[in-house]
Order: sequence, then structure tokens, then C-alpha cells
Amino acid sequence: MEKRMAAATASASASYRLLNQKKHTSKRFLDHRRLVTNFGELHRSSSSSRGFMHHCGTAPLQSFLSRFLWALQKSSLNHIQNLPGIQHRTFGLKNVIQDEEELQTANTDWMHKYKGSSKLMLLPENTDQLSQILKYCNSRCLAVVPQGGNTGLVGGSVPVFDEVIINTRRMNNIISFDEVSGVLVCEAGCILENLISFLDKQGFIMPLDLGAKGSCQIGGNVSTNAGGLRLIRYGSLHGTVLGLEVVLANGNVIDMLGTLRKDNTGYDLKHLFIGSEGSLGIITKVSILTPPKLSSVNIAFLACQDYISCQKLVFQAKRKLGEILSAFEFLDAQAMNLVLDHLDSVRNPLPSSIYNFYVLIETTGSNECNDKEKVEGFLVDAMESGLVSDGAIAQDLNQASSFWQIREGIPEALQKAGAVYKYDLSIPVEKMYDLVEEMRIRLGGKANVVGYGHLGDGNLHLNVSAPQYDDAILAEIEPFVYEWTSKQHGSISAEHGLGLMKAEKIYYSKSTATVELMASMKKMLDPNGILNPYKVIPQSLLLS
Amino acid sequence: MKIMVAIKRVVDYAVKIRIKSDKTGVETSNVKMSMNPFCEIALEEALKIKESKLASEVIAVSIGPAQCVDTLRTGLAMGADRAIHVDAPSTLFPLSIAKILKALVDVEKPGLLILGKQAIDDDCNQTGQMVAGLLNWPQGTFASKVVFDKEKNVATVDREVDGGLETLCLDLPAVITTDLRLNQPRYATLPNIMKAKSKPIKKITPEELKVEIRSDMEVLHVKEPQKRKAGVILSSVDELIDKLKNEAHVI
Repeated sequence: MEKRMAAATASASASYRLLNQKKHTSKRFLDHRRLVTNFGELHRSSSSSRGFMHHCGTAPLQSFLSRFLWALQKSSLNHIQNLPGIQHRTFGLKNVIQDEEELQTANTDWMHKYKGSSKLMLLPENTDQLSQILKYCNSRCLAVVPQGGNTGLVGGSVPVFDEVIINTRRMNNIISFDEVSGVLVCEAGCILENLISFLDKQGFIMPLDLGAKGSCQIGGNVSTNAGGLRLIRYGSLHGTVLGLEVVLANGNVIDMLGTLRKDNTGYDLKHLFIGSEGSLGIITKVSILTPPKLSSVNIAFLACQDYISCQKLVFQAKRKLGEILSAFEFLDAQAMNLVLDHLDSVRNPLPSSIYNFYVLIETTGSNECNDKEKVEGFLVDAMESGLVSDGAIAQDLNQASSFWQIREGIPEALQKAGAVYKYDLSIPVEKMYDLVEEMRIRLGGKANVVGYGHLGDGNLHLNVSAPQYDDAILAEIEPFVYEWTSKQHGSISAEHGLGLMKAEKIYYSKSTATVELMASMKKMLDPNGILNPYKVIPQSLLLS
Repeated sequence: MKIMVAIKRVVDYAVKIRIKSDKTGVETSNVKMSMNPFCEIALEEALKIKESKLASEVIAVSIGPAQCVDTLRTGLAMGADRAIHVDAPSTLFPLSIAKILKALVDVEKPGLLILGKQAIDDDCNQTGQMVAGLLNWPQGTFASKVVFDKEKNVATVDREVDGGLETLCLDLPAVITTDLRLNQPRYATLPNIMKAKSKPIKKITPEELKVEIRSDMEVLHVKEPQKRKAGVILSSVDELIDKLKNEAHVI
């Protein structure tokens, strides 16, 4: 297992292949690592300032470590070497993680699909410390991986080899909140759920909500431009994030932490860091516009017989529930069955019959009587016109959360079902489900193809669930899924990002000229290429 | 046989309770209100009995201010046939409720009265027992299983008691109060919500039932329980012993 962690490659298919391999010898894997074409060169070119270099082996690590601590607090240096007993009390030392068990967690992604072999994780407590770390790493060409809650799905938050992990979890202070404007300013390591409960007391909500809220951090959310369940109502983070503080690769702190809604002075550079997955800089502070919490929430769980009805329903819902609509999610029968089979606490709200599609609609408004009447009216119409075959409306908060549990439980159920190939695609709504059906035909009985997602935003989560990872299955899926999406002018990553999994696939959704411009920006902001290497942008462009 | 089910509108189970600033009670304005979960279980049981053809009609009753009609609509959407709303102020104590329920039983003559074992707002756990006393009917409280014998006209009720399960055989008519594990209430489905719109809700006042609402109790004030202090992590057994001896004074 550990040895397997030593090996990873820059392409998703190769990563799958590695994880599919059950038997191997450690030596072969070490060789393998050296033999991967590009990376062999990377190591050799480490003496030049343009290439990537990783500290390998103990000696550079030790010296790096002492430098880091020395830089932060000179007095602590002696403590590390001579006084192990008080290590935990000394400043800085508790922010240096070399414990193997803890590192193993940090080296492995949520899906256990990507594994790095970092020997060092640093937990800076403030921007200044993070800046010093980056400054040092940059001067030594040491690669780093910025990490938040490590809940990403594309291998973007774990090291590929032995990059230094910089986890922002200790930077978790709320800096300010303005009740009038609703602007929240906080540090990057704040866990989304903690921000949600902080705001709840003030009568506000976060403009984004996602299944991983219990562990994901706002800094990670912003740097991956996370979408989630409320996007249909409150828009993307490019709209709600008002300002950022970012540390560049060379340690320079860029203060763009404005709290203004309108500010047209020059280039709005914060947008570069929203969704660039830590490849241009590390976000340290976020200022975000939060909407007020509205008291009237209605949730309906509906059944539709075919996909065209789901489409018509979203069309109608946007018109008739427009101002109160806060979520429109769909799942197919395969997703529903997975959840019912694998999650004990979930029960089917509509057990009387089997339907092909299920839709979850949430409305949020300020007047309970009006909203309820509106929702019931809309649903009765939908039922009478045959768009909806059956449905249930939550009568209390407990029922409401049990409806959400079905939709939010799908990733967990897939995880329990075995191996899963995940694709997160933006496709025009009318074409969206065609892909799921075509995929089902391609794979036949080899795997269970599941479709669900944010129908209201045209975002399909296509998941292929199989008993175990299998090259033959992967070959059926890729590159077909990317080519199909590209043909529909869709995006091969709607909200998950590119990470390691899709870095080389960027051309399916972006033109060559666009990607080249991205690469030149990356080179400008991070000339040594230390920030989250091998991810987001194809390596070939960065090496030239 | 008719079954009557008592339903209470309470602050939703999932809402964090806040005390009114004048300490006269719990804040209920602009707070999500729902059917008391034990009442939902009571209604579900009545509906199941009706579905197994052992009852002909399920009547949902709620006593309180006008908004109780919303809760009754939920009951109708779950499947109750009709509803009765007794229009009364919101601060009612169990004895008054029991008297009103008795008066309604005298009018409707159900073979069974099912209630939740308690409401999650005042946690009284008295109404079922009191109304059984007033009616002089047998009672099976904390029911976790109910079985009917139509021929003998009896109900067998399993009760969750401290030592295990107690099984009672009740002659009908009887009062049953429901515990958490009796059943899992159904959802209000769209077709049933549509049907519920045309089901009748009869409004009646305590005066019409000739029940005088009088309170033997006065609430002096309501306050929050003391906040739990955060724990501390100690570094050694010696420190623990010291704290237990000198701070907690327990050893």
C-alpha cells in the first residue's frame, strides 16, 4: 500500500491503472516512478530554476524543516533537536506534521483514488507564516500542494509525489461580519459548516452549500469555485466572493480583500484565483456576500416518468416559482436504488411505485402561507398536466432533511457500492440525459451507470459504478465521455475542477489559444512551478 | 368503528428553542411549527387500522388557535377522513384538553381514541391518561404494538416499560397513547394533498361543547437551562486528581 503511494502519474487513466494493480513489488514501483517520461526529466532538470524539483530523501527534508522553524521562531530550533519532551508546546512545532498516520490521511484523497507520498505537512496559523513558507519553498524550488478539507474529487488536493502539503486548517478565524451588507470576512481554513452555523445565529446563510460541508474549507471552495446546491439561486462564487487575500508562489501577499459590491478599478484579479485550484497562489482570506436566512422553506420530492418531463418541470418551476426557487435537483432510478440499498437511514418517500426519475425542489422565501400555496399550486398543476407522476411535500423539517438525505447521500452510496468513475459535466439540459443512456448501452451489463445532478444548472453528475476498477471499463468511458461532451460544447468539469484527473483533458473544453494564455499566466505568477504541480494545466506547456 | 386522533401543533422538532425576552414562554412567532411527532405516530396507527378494514373513519382533532388548521390539513393529507378544530387559546393545560376531548368523544362516539404519549413542547404526558379517566375507558399508554381482535372487540397493546414489554388486553372503546417505535409515519403525497383540500374541517368552540376552560396552574416564568461549560483536557493523572480533589471536591 505505502509503496503504491509512491507511484502516481499525471494522467487520470494512468492513475486508475495504478490503483487497479493489486500485486506489485516496491522496487518495481520505485522504478516505475523514475520511468514515467515527463517526471524523469523533471527530476533531472531540477538544477535549473525553471524546472520542478522535489526534496527526496531525508537530508534535504531535515534541513528544510530546520530552516522553516528557524524562520518562524529561531528559539524553537534547539527544542526540536534536544528537547523532544516539550516539542508540542513550542511554537511552530505543532504546525509541522511528520507523523506517518496523519500524513497518510493527508496524502490520500477522499475517494482513495489518488495517493501521494509526502513526508511533510505544514499547518500555518496565519498569512505571514504561509508567506514565509512559500518564500522559502520558492527559493529552493520545493513543490507544494495547498490543501483544505481534502474533499476534492479530481485529485487536486493531494500530492502526486512528495510535495510539501500546506494545509490551511489552522487558519480558521472569522474576521468580521457586517449585518447590514451581509459581508463575511474570514480566513481560508474555516470549515463551511462552521460558517453556516455562525451565520445562522446572525440570521444569514452561506451562498453555497454542498454535501462535503462538514469538512470542506472555504479557501478550498473558492479556489475550486465549488458549485453545490444553491447555485441556481445565488449564482457562482465569481459573483458572491467580493475579495480575497492571496499569497503568491514567491511569498508576496496580495491584498484584494475588498468588501465592496462594486469596484471597477483596473483588472479584477481575484477572479484568477477563484477556480484556479491553487495553481496560481494560495488563498488565505475570503470576503463573501451572504444572503439573509429566510424562514419559509418548502421541499418537495417528486417522481417523473421520463426525462422530458423533468425538463418541462424545470422550465415551469423557473417561471412559476422563480423568486423563491432555491434548488432543483434530479436523480434517476439507478441513483435512487443505490441510496436505498446502501444507506440504512434512507427510505423511499414514494414507495407505491417505481419511477424512472426523481426530482427534488426546494423553495426559500419570506412568507410561509404564500410560499406554501404557491408550491402546492405549482405541483398540483404539474400533477394534473402529467409532468409529475407522484410526489410528497415535506411537512416538517425532519421530513425535509430526509428528502435532502436521498440526494446528498448518492456519493456516499456510490462509494459503498464499489469502484466509481465520476464525471461532472455541464451539458445543455435537453441533451444531458442522452449521455447517460448512451453510456448504458456502451457498457452493457459491465457496470451500473448512474445519472444525477443539478438539473436547474445544466450540471450532470455521471457516475459509473462497478465492483472494482477495471481498465476495460475505463476504456469504454474515456475518452468517449469527453468527446461526447465536447461535441455538445459542454464542459468536462462543471464544478469539480480539473485537478490531476483532467489536467490533460482541458482541450476538450478550452481552445489551444486559451490554454496557452493560461499557461503563460501560470509561468508569470509561478515561474518555478512550485504550486500544485501536474494539475489543472497540461505539463507539456509548462516545461517549454 | 370510528377512530379519533388528537393532534397538537408544536414548534418543529428540529428548531432550536428560544425563550421569549419577557420570559413568559417560548418564542413561537416566525418559527417553523409542525405536527407533534408522537401525534404523527398516533395518526399513522389509526390510518393503518383503517387500511386493514378494522375501522371505517379516522377523525383528526386539534385544539388551539386558528393556525391549527394547517396541522389538521397535514393530517388530512396523510389520510384522515375529516377534521375537527376546537378554537381555543394556545395556553391550555392537559386537563382542559382532556375535558374537550371527552366532550368530542361524547358527540362522535369513536371506538378508539389515539393520542401521542406526550407533546414535545411541554412534555406533560398527561392528556391520554386524564381523558381515559374522565371517560372511564381502559387505557394502553406507551404503545409499541397494537393488535385488534374484531370478534372479541378487544385491542392487545404492547407497552414499553422499564423492565421490558408489558402486554395489555383492552376492551373497546379504549384510549391508546403511542410511543416512538410503534410505526414510521407516512409522507403527505401530492395526490393526498390534493384530496385533502376538499375534506371538511369542522370548527367548534369549547363553549359549544360546554367545557369551561379554567387553569389550575400559573406559569411564573420560563428560562433556559444552564449552559454547559466547555470541558478541559488535562495533561496528567496527577492534574486530574488535583482537580477532582480541589475543584470538584469529589475525592
